Amino acid sequence: MAIIGKPDRGSVEMNAEECKGCGLCLEACPPKVLHLAEGLNRYGYHPAIYAGVGCTGCGICFFVCPEPGGIRVFRLDAVAAA
Amino acid sequence: MASYTVTHQKARAFYDTYERKAELQNQTHYCPGCGHGIVSKLLAQAIDELGVQDRTVLISPVGCSVFGYYYFDVGNVQVAHGRAPAVATAVKRSRPESIVIGYQGDGDLAAIGTAEIIHAANRGEPITVIFVNNGIYGMTGGQMAPTTLLGRKTATSPLGRDAMNEGFPLHVCEMLNSLEAPVYIERVALGNNKQIMHAAKVVKRAVENQVKGLGFSFVEVLSPCPTIWKMQPVEAQRFVRDEMAAVFGLCNFRDRTKEAQARPARAASPALEDLPRLLDLGNGSGEDAVAACPPQELDLRIKVAGFGGQGVLMLGEVLAEAGLDAGYEVSWLPSYGPEMRSGTSNCHVRLANHAIDSPLVSRPNVLLALNEPSLRKFLPAVEEGGLVLYNGSEIPGDCVRSDLRMVALPFTQLADELGATKVGNIVMLGALLEATGILEQGRVVGALKRLVHPRFFELDLAALARGRGEFRESASDDYLWGV
Amino acid sequence: MQKQLTKGNVAIVKAAVLAGCRAFYGYPITPASEIAEAAALYLPRAGGVFVQAESEVAAINMLYGAAAAGVRSMTASSGPGISLMQEGFSYLAGAELPCVIADIMRGGPGLGNIAPEQSDYNQIVKGGGHGNYRTLVVAPDSVQEMADLTTWAFDLADRYRNPVVVLADGFIGQMMEPVEFAARATLPAAPGWAVRGDAETRKNMVTSLYLEPDILERHVRKLEEKYKQAERNEVRFESWRTEDAEIVLVGYGIVGRILKAAVELARARGMAVGLLRPITLFPFPTQQIRELAKHAKAFAVVELSTGQLVDDVRLALEGRAPVEFFSRVGGNAPSAEDVLAFVEHTFPGSLPQPVAVRQEELIHG
Ligand SMILES: Cc1ncc(C[n+]2csc(CCOP(=O)(O)OP(=O)(O)O)c2C)c(N)n1
Ligand code: SF4
Ligand code: SF4
Ligand code: SF4
Ligand SMILES: [Mg+2]
Repeated sequence: MAIIGKPDRGSVEMNAEECKGCGLCLEACPPKVLHLAEGLNRYGYHPAIYAGVGCTGCGICFFVCPEPGGIRVFRLDAVAAA
Repeated sequence: MASYTVTHQKARAFYDTYERKAELQNQTHYCPGCGHGIVSKLLAQAIDELGVQDRTVLISPVGCSVFGYYYFDVGNVQVAHGRAPAVATAVKRSRPESIVIGYQGDGDLAAIGTAEIIHAANRGEPITVIFVNNGIYGMTGGQMAPTTLLGRKTATSPLGRDAMNEGFPLHVCEMLNSLEAPVYIERVALGNNKQIMHAAKVVKRAVENQVKGLGFSFVEVLSPCPTIWKMQPVEAQRFVRDEMAAVFGLCNFRDRTKEAQARPARAASPALEDLPRLLDLGNGSGEDAVAACPPQELDLRIKVAGFGGQGVLMLGEVLAEAGLDAGYEVSWLPSYGPEMRSGTSNCHVRLANHAIDSPLVSRPNVLLALNEPSLRKFLPAVEEGGLVLYNGSEIPGDCVRSDLRMVALPFTQLADELGATKVGNIVMLGALLEATGILEQGRVVGALKRLVHPRFFELDLAALARGRGEFRESASDDYLWGV
Repeated sequence: MQKQLTKGNVAIVKAAVLAGCRAFYGYPITPASEIAEAAALYLPRAGGVFVQAESEVAAINMLYGAAAAGVRSMTASSGPGISLMQEGFSYLAGAELPCVIADIMRGGPGLGNIAPEQSDYNQIVKGGGHGNYRTLVVAPDSVQEMADLTTWAFDLADRYRNPVVVLADGFIGQMMEPVEFAARATLPAAPGWAVRGDAETRKNMVTSLYLEPDILERHVRKLEEKYKQAERNEVRFESWRTEDAEIVLVGYGIVGRILKAAVELARARGMAVGLLRPITLFPFPTQQIRELAKHAKAFAVVELSTGQLVDDVRLALEGRAPVEFFSRVGGNAPSAEDVLAFVEHTFPGSLPQPVAVRQEELIHG
C-alpha cells in the first residue's frame, strides 16, 4: 500500500498461526483497522488481519487478544515522526 | 523510511512454544475469546514488568486454567481442585523469597475451595490470588457455579438459577473484605478496553504488593466464557460489562498497601549442633544419671488408678522417670479414652531390669488405688502376692484378699494436713517407696524436680516424707515387700 | 545420647526435626494432637514452619506445597482426619512428592471414639484415595520405634518420592518410654526437581495431571516399578522365637508387644509359639511369612480391627497353613492372657510340647 504524507503512528503484526478469529481485537481497535480474513488458517479459523494503514500503535488490541503471541504492536520512532 | 519499535509483544514469562502441550504448540488450549487467555496475558505482562520471572511460582487450579504450566515459564505447581490457597501458603512459607501466585476459577475458589481461600486470606498469607469469575463451571461443561447469576440456565440449573433453590451468587470480594488481614482486594472485569486496561494495572499491583513483602492481595476478574455461555466473544464481553458487573460491583474494596508492614524475615535457622538442645534433649538428671543396669531382679507391673485431678498420671510418670534414672527399663501408658472425660483415670507403669514386652499391665503386681471404684475395678486382676495401696482409712470388707499385701492409708487426708489435697498422689508414692524399697530417694527427688512446678517442689518433698513415715508406722514388718 | 522418657507423639516430632523436617501443617485430633502441639513448639525453634490448618484437607495440601518446594515436611492425624486427607495422598503420590504422615489410629467408623484401634489399616495400606498408588507404611511398636521409623520414613519418602505413613495407634502415641534419639541432626539439601522459586528451578514443574493415555500409562508404570522396588528392598519385620515355632502369632504395633508377652506365657507352658511382627505394612513381609510356613503348623493373626491385616497374611500364605484370627475393637485391647487363652483354645493339640525352655527367658517374660 502506497503511503503518501505522514507515516502511521503505529503498526501491528498479526500472528495468523496463533489467531483463533475471536474478533475481540476488531471490536477493540479504536480506528477499526483490523478485519477477519476471508480465508482460513490451518486450524480452520478466519484469522484477524491488519489492513496495513491507520494503526495508531495504541496497543489495545494486544491486551484484548486472548492469545499470548497473537499480536505484536509497533510504534513509530520519535525521530522519524518528527 | 519511517522506523518502528516494538511496544507490545508476547511476554517473556510465556514459553515461546508450548512444548508441554501434546499438539498445537503455538496456541493456548483456550476457546476463542476466553477470558482466561486475557488474564494469563495480563499476569505474564506483570511478571515481566516487575522482573520476577525467576522467582515466580504459579499455582494452577483444576478448571479450564489447569494447564498454567503449558504456558508460563516460571516454577509451576498444579494442585487439587480448590486447594490452591493451601498449597500456595506452604510454598510461600517454605520459600519466602518466591513470588507465589494462586490462579483459580469460581468453582475452584468459591465452591469446593471456600474454606481454603478464606483461611489463607485470614492468615494474611503474603501471596497473590487471581480469581477468574466466569459464573460457570467451564471445564466440566457448563454446570452452575456459586457465582452464576440468578435466572441463568446451566446444565445443573436447567430452569435457571433460583435463589430459593440454589441460593444467591456468592460475592467473594465482599466476603474477604470482612476479614482483617488482607491488604488488597479489588474486583475488575474484562468487559471492554477500559476495563481490560484497568485490570492490567490491578493485576500488576497485586503482584507488586507481594514483591514489596506486603500481605494478601486478591483480584477477582469478571471474565467471559463464550463457549459455555453460547455467545460470540464480543457478545460475551458485553455480557460481562452489562450483566455480570451489574451484580458483582467493580470496586477496589481494600487498599491498605500504605499502612501494611512488610513481613519480618524469619529468624535465621539455628546450627544443626544446637538442635538437640533446642529439642530439650539430654536434659535428664545429668552426668551421674544412668550407670549400668542395677543388679536387682525387678519386674514391677503397676496400675495407678483414681479420678482425674488426683495426680494419677503424674504419680506414674514420676515412677517411670525415676526408674529410668536408676537404670531400669520403664514404660508408662495412660488411659486416655472417653473415661478420662467422665472423671476416672489410670495408667500402666512398668519397671524392669530386662526389656519390657507389653507396656499394658493386665496382671499388675502393684495396684495404687486412689479411690474405691478403682480398687474394685482393678483388684481382681492383681497377681497373687501383689501389693495394693488404697487411699482410705480401711480396705472395704468385701475387697480384702488374703493372697495380697493390702495397705489402706488416707493419703488425701494426709495431704490435706500438709495443706494441699493435690499432693495426695505423692504421699502415696512415698508409701510405695517405703513399702518396696525399689528406688533410691535421690532418683525420685531428681524426677520430681524435673517434672513438678518449682512452686510445689518443697511441698512434694514433704509429701514424700509423710508417705514414707505413715507407711512405716502403719504397716507391720511383714508388709515390707522387698524385691 | 542419653535415653529420655518421651511420649510417642512427641518422639515423632523430635525425630522428625533431627531428620531435617522443617514444616508441619496439621489439624488437632485426639489421640494425635500432641504431635501438632510439639510441632508448634519445636518447628519454629528449628527455623521451620508450623501452621495449624483450617482442616485436614488444607493440611495435606499444605504438605503438597511444602514438599513441592523441596522441604521435608509432615502432618499427623487420626481416622476421621486421615479420611479427609485421602484425596491429598493420591495427589502427593501422583505428583511424586515426598512427605511423612503420622496416623495415630483411634476407634471408628464415624466418630467412633478416641481409644486405640488399628482399623485404618486398609485405608492406609491399601490406599484410601483414587488411582494406582501406594503409600509406604511403617508401624512402630514402641516409642523408640516411633522415633527411629520416623527418621527412616523421611529417607524412604525422599528415596521413593512418595508419601510415607507412620501408622501407630493411640497406645503408642500416648505412652512414654525411654528413647535414644539420633545423635546427629541432618538437613538434606532440597532435591533438584523441587520448585523453589528461583532461576535454577524455574523450569521445574509439579503435577499429577497426564492428559494423554499413553503418557499417563507410562507414569503409572513408573510408580508401579517404584513400589515393586520397595517390595524388593524395604521390607522390615521382627521375628521373635519363630525358629522352632509351630504356631506363629502375627500382629503389628502395640499388638506386637502384647503378643511378645503372650509368646512368653505360652512358652512357659511348653507351647512352641513365636511372633512375626511386620514393621513395614507396605511393603508387606510376604516372603518371610511364607518362609515360616515351612515349619509352622498354623498362624494366628491378632489385631485391633475386625480383619484387615489378616487378609494380607492369608494372601501371603496362599493356603500354605491355616490362619486363625482374634481381635478386639472399640478401644479394647486383648491382654497377653487373653491371647494365650485364645491360642490354647484354638490349638488344643499343641499343649504341652516338650520344648527346651531357656531359664532366663522365662524370668524375663
Ligand atoms: C474433587 C473434584 N471434584 C470435581 C472435579 C471436577 N471438576 C473439574 S473442574 C471443575 C469446575 C471448574 O470450574 P471453575 O473453577 O469455575 O473453572 P473454569 O473451568 O470455569 O475456569 C470441576 C467440578 C474435580 N476435578 N475434582
Ligand atoms: S494498536 Fe491500536 S490502532 Fe493499532 S491495530 Fe491495535 S488497536 Fe488498532
Ligand atoms: S483477538 Fe487475537 S485471537 Fe482474537 S481475532 Fe484478534 S488476533 Fe485473533
Ligand atoms: S470453556 Fe469457557 S472458560 Fe473454558 S476455555 Fe472455553 S471459554 Fe474459556
Ligand atoms: Mg468458572
